[in-house]
Amino acid sequence: MHLITNLEFSIMSPEMVKNLARVRIVTSELYDADGYPVEGGVMDPRLGVIDPGLHCRTCGGTIGDCPGHFGYLELAKSVINVLYTKTVYQLLKLTCKKCNRIMVKDIHLEGGEEAIEDLRIKAPLKCPYCSTKQKKVTFVKPYTYYEDKDELSPDSIRERLEKIPNGDLKKISFSGGRPEWLILTLFPIPPVTMRPSITLESGERSEDDLTHKLVDIVRINQSLKENIDIGAPEFILNDLWELVQYHISTYFDNELTGAPLARHRSGRALKGLVQRLKAKEGRIRGNLLGKRVNFSARTVISPDPNLSINEVGVPEVIANELTIPEYVTPGNIKQIKDMLKDNKVNYVVRPDARRIKVTEDNKKDIMEKITADWQVDRKLQDGDIVLFNRQPSLHRISIMAHRVKVMPYQTFRMNPSVCPPYNADFDGDEMNLHALQSEESRAEAAALMEVKDNIISPKFGGPLIGCDLDQISGLYMLTQDAAQFSREEAAQLLADAKIEADLPEREMFSGKDMFSLLLPRELNMEYKTNKGVVVIQNGQLKSGMIDAGGVGAFKGRIINKVLKLKGSDAVKDFIDRSGRLGVAYLNRRGISIGLSDIDLSPEIQKTVRGEIDKSVAEANSLIDKYENDEISVLPGLTPKASLEAQIMNVLANGVSRVSDIVGENLRYNDIIQMAESGAKGSIINTTQMAAVVGQETILGKRIKRGYLRRTLPHIRPGDLSPMSHGFVARGFKHGLTPFELFWNIMNGREGLMDKSLRTRKSGYMQRRLVNALQDLKIEFDNSIRDANGFIVQFNAGEDGIDPTKSDWGKLNWKEIVEKSVGK
Amino acid sequence: MTFDILAHELVPKHEILSKKEKEELLARLGSREEHLPKIYESDPVIKVIKAKPKDVIKITRKSQTSGEAVYYRIVLRG
Repeated sequence: MHLITNLEFSIMSPEMVKNLARVRIVTSELYDADGYPVEGGVMDPRLGVIDPGLHCRTCGGTIGDCPGHFGYLELAKSVINVLYTKTVYQLLKLTCKKCNRIMVKDIHLEGGEEAIEDLRIKAPLKCPYCSTKQKKVTFVKPYTYYEDKDELSPDSIRERLEKIPNGDLKKISFSGGRPEWLILTLFPIPPVTMRPSITLESGERSEDDLTHKLVDIVRINQSLKENIDIGAPEFILNDLWELVQYHISTYFDNELTGAPLARHRSGRALKGLVQRLKAKEGRIRGNLLGKRVNFSARTVISPDPNLSINEVGVPEVIANELTIPEYVTPGNIKQIKDMLKDNKVNYVVRPDARRIKVTEDNKKDIMEKITADWQVDRKLQDGDIVLFNRQPSLHRISIMAHRVKVMPYQTFRMNPSVCPPYNADFDGDEMNLHALQSEESRAEAAALMEVKDNIISPKFGGPLIGCDLDQISGLYMLTQDAAQFSREEAAQLLADAKIEADLPEREMFSGKDMFSLLLPRELNMEYKTNKGVVVIQNGQLKSGMIDAGGVGAFKGRIINKVLKLKGSDAVKDFIDRSGRLGVAYLNRRGISIGLSDIDLSPEIQKTVRGEIDKSVAEANSLIDKYENDEISVLPGLTPKASLEAQIMNVLANGVSRVSDIVGENLRYNDIIQMAESGAKGSIINTTQMAAVVGQETILGKRIKRGYLRRTLPHIRPGDLSPMSHGFVARGFKHGLTPFELFWNIMNGREGLMDKSLRTRKSGYMQRRLVNALQDLKIEFDNSIRDANGFIVQFNAGEDGIDPTKSDWGKLNWKEIVEKSVGK
Repeated sequence: MTFDILAHELVPKHEILSKKEKEELLARLGSREEHLPKIYESDPVIKVIKAKPKDVIKITRKSQTSGEAVYYRIVLRG
């Protein structure tokens, strides 16, 4: 194998242009009166084919396989290549106008001296070789050169550059060809394949921007040539040359400083070669780095808790458009014919590779002709495996495989439990879907990428997928002792939740019994929750209420245990069914919150007020102490900072005492239950509603900004009291004062800013980290090495534990021993 | 006064592997010297324990995940 050590880019010489070309372009005409391309014109048929069915006059190829061929145009007068005007300027500056030597000090390259890399050096006044005094060369954008006051013509510049000795060029590290090649004498006409004309519906031909430009160039060049031949006056020739130079320059780059934009007849700016490559939609970023993909779909997502986490609901319109290639075999030909009959096939491919669209008219015909060596493109149907993705694809579980379920309406449907890995919600999020096109890719997706096999996070070793919100509230309430069902009610509940399970021969069922129906018989576990201990013996929930710590995403211990005990299919069913059971129970029971849920009795309200007043008074006494220079100064802090820290502390303590009081005294209701179960909200939220919001902060400090020595014009300068620096002494229920509302909004705005700034910053940090670590791999000996074999870690993660096979990153050795020894 | 950096709590235990141990390590890893993580001769600990270029240093560190973890680094000139 040969290694590429270096690449060199160079400019084309006139000889190369001529050798490359198959056609000499002599006329600016495109088509003759009959609509055929004119030979020697810019659309000469020898330049390649762009019409289907025609053969190339040069290579005989058809539209796909003829790469196109260059032509050339002989320029009547030479023209500067605008992309190299800087280089030409530097060369002119440094070239002696008499002896044509490069005027730099003698460099002995053979003697190991280094060539000059940077040509931005000052031009000497006198040639060091022939001692001729030099005139000053100036360059005016876009393409004019002066020597003192006289304009230099490209022809004369070219003459000068031709005479520069090769040895001198090496000294200034000029490589990639001769300098005179920077001045064009032959102009390459690119193949028509890179500037195809399009036929409009009206039958009219519309030419590419480049073709328009080329027509201009050829036309003016012809006219210049004729004028030279008839010996026209100098100024006419100069004007015409200037025009050729302008057209060729804008053909290369139509965003030149100093040159007016070349425009289309419609007034739209034409696209030059540079514009084709540059920027977001250019060839590099738009086409090479940003590939587009077929067999994909994108639409808004919406939730459907009745789907399995492993499924995705695909709108009919999408399922009918996306296809999967299927080979016809003797084994499946009957099914394929049935699919044809039911309009479930979009295309058939004959053994001679002809692709035929299936229509109502030719359907019968195809069904008769089809044999085992055909192939069909069938529509997506239930059970197909597809990839589902939400951008930004930050980790591998941003793309997972789902099973298709074709559904009515226009959106992708997914189980809300799979939101966390995608970081999706349903406020208008869109997701992408890819129909896999080969048996190999489908097998790989089924083996590695299905949702049910990616429940455990490779980051922290706990489940990423689990119940959420009402699903948790429902299970929490279901597993309380109050929930009791008659046999009929129990059966109805299971039916609502679409759960098939055998009810034991009994008349009464507790909520715990109902939940236990979902648990595997072998399950034994015990864990603590906020309220007591959950005990599961032989798949029976004996005590405790099911909360987010048991079945929730990130924390769900039962999910983790079921997965290890029974595998991914069982845990998939467990999550599906427990979610549905929770919601079904909640639908029967009802869930509702209201203002009265955060009512406190008058006595409690009094104590709460007392606590708040007490801490405010404490803060005020600290301020008094500070003003009398009696404040206790904390280590490392100024007296002012000590005061601030102590005020914050005092107020926070007050709020937390209030929080305890609220927690103890609110009536047990649905808000509390939601907080307790971990479904949504917390006791702090409740306190803020019922009693006191507390201190609002900016950058972790009391609110300080605003006017000189005060936060608002209504406050006395120098006032340090809690009320004037962001303390909200009321609950949301009571309503905030205008000041308090303002503090609250300031705090809210900071949170908003923070969120957007932080996500941007951390996103970029993560991107750099991912790029740096992308070729690291865990080898079979558990070491981590990069693509070049360099060792990064000797034992992955230093403990060699695969988080996806651990319990939150730890080995549960007790369980392993019990399992292997058998208790 | 000189300060014994090896006694500092943040400096993990560094040991020089014997020739035989080094060969065993490379054989176990199925790897070559140049693929080992490197450490320069000018590193303060290397200066103190007087390791020479091409020596392999065994470092026993505290680890968040496993309590204690071993790491190997090869001494380079410089």
